[in-house]
Amino acid sequence: MEQSQILQQLNDIFKDVLDNDDIVLTDITTANDIEEWDSLYHIQLVVAIEKHFKIKFTASEIQSWKNVGDMANAVKSKLAA
Amino acid sequence: MLTDIRSFNTLKKNLKRPVDGLKTIRIAILADSASQFINQAIRGYGLENGINYQVFEADYNQIDLQVFDPGSELYEYQPDHVIILRSVERIIKKFYSLSNAEKENFAATQVAYMDGLYQQITSQLKARVISNTFPEINDNVFGNFGTKTKSSFLYQVKKFNLSLMELSSGKKNFFLLDLDALITKKGYDTSFDPKMYVSADMVFSLDILPYLAKNIHDIIQAVSGSFKKCIILDLDNTTWGGIIGDDGMEGIQIGDLGLGKVFTDLQLWVKELKKRGIIVAVCSKNTESIAQEPFLHHPDMKLRMEDIAVFVANWETKVDNIRYIQGILNISFDSMVFLDDNPFEREMVKQNIPEITVPNLPEDPAEYLPYLRSLNLFETASFTEEDAQRTQQYQEEAKRNILQKSFANEDEFLKSLGMECEVKPFDSFTIPRIAQLSQRSNQFNLRTVRYTEEEIREIAQPKDHYTLSFSLNDIYGDYGLIAFIILEKKDSDTLFINSWIMSCRVLKRGMEVFTLLSIIDLAKANGFKKIIGEYIPTKKNELVKDHYQKLGFQPAGNNFWELDTTRFTTDKQVHIKRK
Repeated sequence: MEQSQILQQLNDIFKDVLDNDDIVLTDITTANDIEEWDSLYHIQLVVAIEKHFKIKFTASEIQSWKNVGDMANAVKSKLAA
Repeated sequence: MLTDIRSFNTLKKNLKRPVDGLKTIRIAILADSASQFINQAIRGYGLENGINYQVFEADYNQIDLQVFDPGSELYEYQPDHVIILRSVERIIKKFYSLSNAEKENFAATQVAYMDGLYQQITSQLKARVISNTFPEINDNVFGNFGTKTKSSFLYQVKKFNLSLMELSSGKKNFFLLDLDALITKKGYDTSFDPKMYVSADMVFSLDILPYLAKNIHDIIQAVSGSFKKCIILDLDNTTWGGIIGDDGMEGIQIGDLGLGKVFTDLQLWVKELKKRGIIVAVCSKNTESIAQEPFLHHPDMKLRMEDIAVFVANWETKVDNIRYIQGILNISFDSMVFLDDNPFEREMVKQNIPEITVPNLPEDPAEYLPYLRSLNLFETASFTEEDAQRTQQYQEEAKRNILQKSFANEDEFLKSLGMECEVKPFDSFTIPRIAQLSQRSNQFNLRTVRYTEEEIREIAQPKDHYTLSFSLNDIYGDYGLIAFIILEKKDSDTLFINSWIMSCRVLKRGMEVFTLLSIIDLAKANGFKKIIGEYIPTKKNELVKDHYQKLGFQPAGNNFWELDTTRFTTDKQVHIKRK
């Protein structure tokens, strides 16, 4: 899957989980850019992403992400594996 | 050494491997379910790990026969290990066939049986015995309240497991496969997300949380007096397979063959609900005589006419018939569950009676029971002896209804009932039932203050309270404890009616006046001149809005009412004799 496709699907997941239709993600979006995105929502996002792409992240992986681009990359490499 | 678990198919393919040179171990498998696959899996696993298991597999469900017959194939085979596999699916049927008292002893009886098997085997063989613990499934006949009820399956299966462990700890050659832990692990894997635990110290996965929330909600609702009291069954393709009108008695599916097992298990479950006080009613589009035939004459039916409180089979709509059933039972729609395989009928009922619970039964009848159990529809907050007799009481009620029609006036009718009432302060025998009435009465409940058993026990101590309980019987049967009163001493002249609760089953019997006379007697005997009552309106107690007015109380403002005991008279006749 292309990075842009992944980003688009992540965007849909964010909208659904954070219950905010105005969210527009880019590679450099961070938790600071989206008001609702706190540590609790982060967990919910990770679980939703895992379910959607049918993949599993490790605890250390999810702590290493600095922005949405890192998330999309992680998804991409898992899907390729 | 192999650490990964292979698929069953892989294990099966292993069976073609050569066994030359492998160590041989002789085992016997005795199971209460079909064990062919178990046999193949064990042998296949052994071969992959360098062991040639030579297996004697007893015929289906022959544990007793093999163990207690000294000349059986088991003893002839001389195995090193005897594996006894018993299933929760089978022992629950055994459990359902027992009386209440026997149920409370189920674990003890079962463990004695296992001990018997072990003694018998080890007296004849130098073998080790391996049996299993049981998955601690909740059949949800009581919901989570099963953990507080000794006669529930949940309580007994947990106790049985622990008792088996105790048995095994005292027997050198008795071993247990912890099937419960094995299966719990599978469930635990979906309820626990290691990542969430590590990063947020959360021990529940997001997927399990809705179930957790539901069950806590169920407990709270049940404790607060909101729970199901009645299950209404459609018949064709719900209670049995097929259509009685077309297929006839011989054609409907019920019993141990084919799909029939599904309906038998469902009926057994409904019967357990009935035994614990859930009212069972039938609502079917059928000709009544044809619909009743299986209940009367089919050898494999578990539900019989005496299990059904109200039986409605005709060609009216289900909506009308459910309203009719509700009218007879005099309980609210939101305490009723309606089971029907037909989505169209379900939709029609839901639209016209939105309060009623209508489960969306799965298309495959094999899934009916697992699905219904999973909904935990019948969470409860109490269980008393009287619950077990409820169906009978409603049937007696139906008989009284028929009788009533043939009397010229109500007084004549009431006189003919020969009603007798026992009146006494709360005592340790009546307190559980009183607490239960306090929890579940909605309609005839003047203030709807709910008390737990503990609180009732406290109130029963004669300090500032007087209590009265009322148990009624008539020529048709025993109603049991049907009403109670809690009186609070306000000052030396005044008593306040803290609770006045009555079961709706005894409406229109003159019980209200009888109760008031009992209160006045008590007040006079203790020197009180004034009685104050209060009506606190709720969504459900409209019935008693004018209760105090009808009894001759004077309005005292704000839904308060008062009565001067020294000047009280009534023209109402009472046909209840005090016992």
